[in-house]
Amino acid sequence: MKASAFDYARATSVANALELLTAHGERARVLAGGQSLLPAMNLRLIAPELIIDIGELDELRGVAARGGVLTIGALTRHADLQKSPEIAVHAPLLMDAVAHVAHPAIRNRGTIGGSLAQADPASELPACMLALGATIIARGPGGERRIAADEFFAGIYETALTPQELLVAVELPAQPKDSMHYFQEFSRRHGDYAIVGLAAQALVRDGRFADLRLGFFAVGDRPLLARSAGKLLDVAVTPAVLSEVSSALDEELSSLGDQQATPAMRRHLARVLLTRCVSSLLARTDLCAGVSA
Amino acid sequence: MTSVQPIPEALSALDRPNSYIGKTVPRPNLDRLMQGRGLYVSDIELPRMAHVVFVRSPHAHATINGIDVSTARQMPGVIAVVSGRELSTVITPWVGVLSHLKGLKSAPQNAIAIDRACWQGEAVAAVVANSRAQAEDAAERVSVEYQELDAVTDMRAALSPASAVIHASLGDNLAFERNHDAGAVDQAFAESDEVIEAEFIFGRHTGVTLEPRAVVADWNPAEARLTIYQGTQAPHMVQNIAALHLGLKESQVRVVCKDVGGSFGIKVHIYADEMATYALSKLLRRPVKFVADRVESFNTDIHARDHRCKGKIGVKRDGTITAFEIDDLTGIGPYSMYPRTSAIEANQVVNLVGGPYVTRNYRARARVVFQNKNVMCQYRAVGHPIACSVTEGLVDLAAMKIGVDPVEIRRRNLIADDAYPCASPSGLRFEQLSHHAALTKLVRMMDYEALRAEQSSMRARNIHRGIGIASFIEVTNPSAAFYGVGGAKISSQDGVAVRLDAQGSVICQTSITEQGQGSESLTAQIVGSVLGVSMDRVRVILGDTDNTPYGGGTWASRGAGIGGEAALQATKVLRRNILDVAAAILQSTAVELDIVNNAVVTVADGAPRIELSELARIVYFRPDTLPPGIQPELMATRHFVPREYPFAFTNGVQASWLEVDIETGFVKLLKHWVVEDCGTIINPQLVDEQIRGGVVQGLGAALFEKCVYDERGQLTNANMADYLVPMSGEMPDIDVGHVVSPTLESELGAKGAGEAGTAGAAAAVTNAVNDALKPFGTIITEIPLTPQVILTALGRI
Ligand SMILES: Cc1cc2nc3c(=O)[nH]c(=O)nc-3n(C[C@H](O)[C@H](O)[C@H](O)COP(=O)(O)OP(=O)(O)OC[C@H]3O[C@@H](n4cnc5c(N)ncnc54)[C@H](O)[C@@H]3O)c2cc1C
Repeated sequence: MKASAFDYARATSVANALELLTAHGERARVLAGGQSLLPAMNLRLIAPELIIDIGELDELRGVAARGGVLTIGALTRHADLQKSPEIAVHAPLLMDAVAHVAHPAIRNRGTIGGSLAQADPASELPACMLALGATIIARGPGGERRIAADEFFAGIYETALTPQELLVAVELPAQPKDSMHYFQEFSRRHGDYAIVGLAAQALVRDGRFADLRLGFFAVGDRPLLARSAGKLLDVAVTPAVLSEVSSALDEELSSLGDQQATPAMRRHLARVLLTRCVSSLLARTDLCAGVSA
Repeated sequence: MTSVQPIPEALSALDRPNSYIGKTVPRPNLDRLMQGRGLYVSDIELPRMAHVVFVRSPHAHATINGIDVSTARQMPGVIAVVSGRELSTVITPWVGVLSHLKGLKSAPQNAIAIDRACWQGEAVAAVVANSRAQAEDAAERVSVEYQELDAVTDMRAALSPASAVIHASLGDNLAFERNHDAGAVDQAFAESDEVIEAEFIFGRHTGVTLEPRAVVADWNPAEARLTIYQGTQAPHMVQNIAALHLGLKESQVRVVCKDVGGSFGIKVHIYADEMATYALSKLLRRPVKFVADRVESFNTDIHARDHRCKGKIGVKRDGTITAFEIDDLTGIGPYSMYPRTSAIEANQVVNLVGGPYVTRNYRARARVVFQNKNVMCQYRAVGHPIACSVTEGLVDLAAMKIGVDPVEIRRRNLIADDAYPCASPSGLRFEQLSHHAALTKLVRMMDYEALRAEQSSMRARNIHRGIGIASFIEVTNPSAAFYGVGGAKISSQDGVAVRLDAQGSVICQTSITEQGQGSESLTAQIVGSVLGVSMDRVRVILGDTDNTPYGGGTWASRGAGIGGEAALQATKVLRRNILDVAAAILQSTAVELDIVNNAVVTVADGAPRIELSELARIVYFRPDTLPPGIQPELMATRHFVPREYPFAFTNGVQASWLEVDIETGFVKLLKHWVVEDCGTIINPQLVDEQIRGGVVQGLGAALFEKCVYDERGQLTNANMADYLVPMSGEMPDIDVGHVVSPTLESELGAKGAGEAGTAGAAAAVTNAVNDALKPFGTIITEIPLTPQVILTALGRI
C-alpha cells in the first residue's frame, strides 16, 4: 500500500495553484487535507502524476460573516467549523453535521473544500450546502464562477468543477434567528459514512412550515434537495399528510444498494428520517407513532 | 531459641508477604510500549535487507498458464521476481492434516502457487526489491495469464455432485466429517413436550490485528543459519516448520519474536507468504522483509466462523432439557491450514454444544468442506462462539416455547456445582466448574428483576429493550491432546528458567510469548512473589528460540496456566537453592530462613539477615569463602504440562442489555456483564481486560464483522472502511465478576481467561435481540445482526 511515484508542488499562491492546474490539468490533483485523496492514492485507485499542495494558502482558510452572508474558505478544516462562533450563530446546522463527519483526527485535517470537491454522495457537508442554499465559488483560468449548490453535485465523486478549477470558498446566506434545523444520519458506527442522512433547515410559524429545505444524503448518486418538502409548507401536518409526502419522497429517491443497505432499506430509512425530522421540528411526538412504512 | 515453623509448602509459594498474586500491578512493559520504544517486526532494518511484495491472484480459482516477468525485472530497484516453481527448489509443500482428526484430508500447498490459484489473494509470484514501493511498482508489471475455473463458493453447494472438485486428487470437497451420538437422542425427543429447531448462521470474519503479519527472514550462508524475526505466538513451532520445509535442522533456525501488535490466533499459523519469505531469503542469500498490507491481511489472514448449524432441542414442560442435536457445516477455503488444521473449529463445535448442561443425550454431525475462498482456521475462542450461540439460542427458544424465564431454565439444567468431577455429553472431562455460582452472581450484578421491570415499562412506550443470557464453557490449558497426539510438533509443555544475577536481580526466560495479554507481567508477578523479590528486580525474556526454554508459546488460553506454573516451580527451586547457600553463609538451616523484600530473613521474627545482592556477590566473586563442598546453583529450570486432564475447562455466563430501534433495525448496546471462573487470578486487571477485549471481539461478530464474498469468490470488503470492526463508540460498559475454582492440577491453580469473553458475547446479544423483538414474534438466528437483517426479519423492508 504505497502510492505510485508522483511529483509534488507546494502552491505559493492561488494564482500559482491555478497556473499549475492549467499546465497539468487532469494529470494533477489538488491536495487539501488529504483525508480522501491519500487513501485513494495508497490503494492505487488513482495515480496522479503531480500533487499540488494548497495547504499553505492561508487566504483560502477561515470563516467570515458580512452583510447577511457567511463566507467559508475552501481550506477551512472540519474542526475549525466546529469551533467557529460565526457558524454557531449563522449556520448551526453545519455545526451539528460536522460532528458526524469521521473522527477528530480526520476532522483536524479534512477541509470543507475537499469534502465538497470529493462529492461523496454519503457525505454530510454537500447535503448541508443544499439545505442552506449555498453558493460554491470556483476560480479557474477564465476567472471566478459562482455555482449554486444544487447545480454543483453531478454524480458519485463528480462535480461541476473542471480539472483546471480550484474551489476557493462557499457562501451561505446567514440563517434568520428563528430558523430551525434538524440533522440526523444512520450509520453503522460513529464516524462512518451514513447509510442515509438528512440535513434540514426550516422556518416554523404557528405550528406550520413557512419554509422547509430537506437535504438528503446517501440516497442516490448525489445529495438530494427534496421537492416533496413543498407539500408540507403552510399546511396542518397530519399523519395522512405526512404519509402522502413520504410517498412523494419515495418517488424522488433513486437509492443505490451497497454492503450496508439495499435500495429498499435506504428508501425505508429515508422515510423514517422524514417523519422524525418533521415530528422534531414541529415538536409533534404524535407524528412519530405511525412511522412504520 | 525460637521454634522453627516449617513453611507450609502448599500455601506458601503464593501466599507470601508482599505477594503480587491477585494484585493489579502495572505491566513491566508498559512504559516501553507507551513511549513508542517497542520493537515490532516492521521496525527492523538489517543491512542488505530487501522487501518482498506478492503478486496475488485476482481470481478465486484459475489455472496459471504463464507468468511474464521480463518487464518487472527491468524496473528500478528490483532484485528478483520469483515464481512458485522457482521457489519450490528451496522449500517443500505441506499438507495440513493431523492423525487424531480421523479422515481429515487436504492437498499439498505451496509457498507460492504453482499452475493453479485457489483463492482470490493467493500469491502467484514474488517481487523482491530495495523498497516496498519499488516492489509494488514492479508487481504491477508482472503479467500473469490466467484461465478462470469454476469457483466453489457457497459451502452448501460444495458437496453437490454438480459442484466442481477443487482438488481432483481428493475426490470431493469434503475435508472432514465427525459424527457423535451419546445417550438416547431419539427417545429423548420422543419423550419431550416440545422439540424446537432452528438454523444458526454465522458471518465469516477475521481477527484484524492492529499490526499486520510481518516477517524478516535472514539467511546467513556463512553460518548456514536462518534467523526469522516474526510476530508469532509460537516461536518453536515456526522453528520446527521452517526447518522441516527448508531442509534444515532446527538448530539452524532461530526465531525471534519481539513486540507483537495483537494476534488473537491469527498469528499462530504458518502462512504460505511467510514460508515464501523464509525461502526467498535462503534463495537470495540476504534478509527479506514481508509486511502484509491491510488489503492483503483481509485476503490472507485466516478467516473464521463461517458456519451454518442446524440445531434441535427437546424440553419438558417442567423446564428439563432432554436432548441437543446439531448438524454443522463449515467452509474452510481451499486448504486445511498448517499445521493446526482447519478441522479444529468444527471439532470444537461438536465438543462444546450442550457443554454447560446436565443432559447426556446429544447427537452431532459436523462437515468441513473446501471452497475457493481464503483459508479458514483458529481464531480466538475457536468454535466456542458457534457452540455457545447454538446452545444458548436453543435454550432460549425452548424457554420461550414453554413460557419459562431464561434464567430459570438455566438454573434447572446447568450442571450442579457439587457434581464434579464429571463429563460433558461429548465426553469432555470437567474438574470443577461453577455455573450456578456464576449465574447467581450475574443475576445480582445486573439486578435482573429490576431490568425486567424496566423492560416492560419501556415496552409500553414503544421502546424495545432486551435481555440476553449465555452460559458457556471454555477450553483452556490444553495438554498434548490438542495437537501433539495428532502428530503436530507443537509443544503443549512450557519451560521457565530463572537465575539470580550478580547484584541480586532475577532474569527469567520463559517459552510463553507476549502479544499484549500480559505474559511478561504475570511471569514477573509469579517469580517476584515466589522468590520474595520486588517485581522491578525481575526481567522477563520471551520470544527467542535461542534464549528461552522449549515450549508452546501463547495461544488457546495457556500462558498463565501452563507457563505460569512452570515459572512458579522453577522459582521454588531457585528459592530453595538460594536458601541453602544462605544457610551455609549464615550458619543456619534453610527451613529457618525465607526471602522477603530482596533479603534473606529469619522466618521466626522476619529479621533481615543478608541482602540477596550480598549473597550473589559472595557466590559469584568470593566462592572461596563458602564452606567446602557447597556448589551454589543460582539458576533453575522447570517445565510443566497438565497430565491429568486434557483441558482445564473454565466456565462463566454473560448478559447483554440492549435496545432495538424497530423502525431502523439499529441495535444499541446498553450494558454487558460477564461472570467467569478462571481459577486463581494472578492480576485482576489483566484478567478483566482480557475478558473485556474478548467481549468486544464477540460483539464485533454479533453486530458488525463479516467478510462479504460475492458468488464468484471475490472478497468485496477487504478494507477498514467496509469491514466494520467494533469501535469504542458503540461498545457498552462491560462489568466483570469472578468465581474462583482453582485447578488442582497445578500449584498455581490458574486456568485460562483469554477466550471467555469472546465465547459468549454474540450469544448473549442475539438472545437479547430476540428478547427485545418478542412482541413481534420474530426470531433471528443469524449474525452479524445488521440493520438490514433486523428490518428484513421485522418485515419492514
Ligand atoms: C476514516 C475516514 C472516515 C471518513 N468519514 C467521513 C464521513 O463520515 N463523512 C464525510 O463527509 N467524510 C468522511 N471522510 C472524508 C473526510 O471528510 C475528508 O476530509 C474529505 O472528504 C476530503 O477533504 P480533504 O481536505 O481531506 O481533501 P483531500 O483528500 O485533500 O482531497 C479530496 C479531493 O478533493 C480535491 N480537492 C480538495 N480541495 C480542493 C479544492 N480546494 N479545489 C478543488 N479540488 C479540491 C482533491 O484533489 C481530491 O480529489 C472520512 C475520511 C476518513 C479517512
